[in-house]
Amino acid sequence: MSDIQQAQPTAAPAITGRQLGTAAGVVAVMLLLAYLVAFDQGALSQSGMYLHELMHDGRHLLGVPCH
Amino acid sequence: MPLTGTPASRGFAQLLIRGLLAGLIAGLLAGAFAFTFGETHIDAAIAIEQAAAPPAAPGTAEEEPLVSRDGQKAGLVLATTLYGIAMGGILATAYALLRRRLHTRSDPRAVFFLAGSALVGVVLIPFLKYPPNPPAVGDPATIDQRTWSYLAALVLGLVAVWAAVVAARTQQAEWRRAAAGTTASLVVVAVAYLMLPSIDEVPATFPPSLLWDFRVVSLGVQAVLWTALGLTFGAFVTPRGTPASPARAEQTTAA
Ligand SMILES: [Zn+2]
Repeated sequence: MSDIQQAQPTAAPAITGRQLGTAAGVVAVMLLLAYLVAFDQGALSQSGMYLHELMHDGRHLLGVPCH
Repeated sequence: MPLTGTPASRGFAQLLIRGLLAGLIAGLLAGAFAFTFGETHIDAAIAIEQAAAPPAAPGTAEEEPLVSRDGQKAGLVLATTLYGIAMGGILATAYALLRRRLHTRSDPRAVFFLAGSALVGVVLIPFLKYPPNPPAVGDPATIDQRTWSYLAALVLGLVAVWAAVVAARTQQAEWRRAAAGTTASLVVVAVAYLMLPSIDEVPATFPPSLLWDFRVVSLGVQAVLWTALGLTFGAFVTPRGTPASPARAEQTTAA
């Protein structure tokens, strides 16, 4: 197999240059959601420490440093 | 996101919705696994933590926690579900961006490759350097440093996977591709592990078997999440109504 782009039979949409911005935006929102679960201490959720405490066990069991 | 527009943007929106749905399913499954096998260890660790904490001064009432233990056990499933949705969205976007650069003719196989890469890069490689800790393990004063080290291990894990792919593609024979990929990723991981700071904060009195069991379950939660995410999203991108392989297509037309 070579590195030359082959015509792969795929049903995946071809992402054009203009859509790269959309894709970057989607990734940013998803990373923000992951941040909310893994690291946020109220700055993002605006719920004080409530969401942070609520998801405490999840942080530990997902393997994120917690406290 | 509007569902109108060019076929490609419509395709990306549909792909993204499927990725988020797959993430929801995977997050719920990981949550069920974590709840079933992990909560007993968390409870045991919290009991140790509270036994070690200095008793409240006489006369002052014990401070009411913001969220009860039962609330935190429900919050565990919320956490894995939100995390699963986020990872599903990222997997779908990565698939849309990278599908044509992956040398396979099978769409689901491309998904399995990406999910497997995530499991190695963002789970296994950080896990071996910074294994997760239950409550009562870890110095609160070093949490910022530990968080940044963990994120650095995660990024270096992705670099190791990328290095493996680049190295494998320089070779032709199957075994040489495997050897080149493994060697490249091991070199990156070895250098990264040496560069990253070591963290050694487990109290001498903490039960080793509890620590081990907790870490195994924690790895299991991520394994369930990424396996379920890969399989579900892989099923979603499998073209429906079309034969799975060209060989079977010939059989169908011959019949
Ligand atoms: Zn904690």
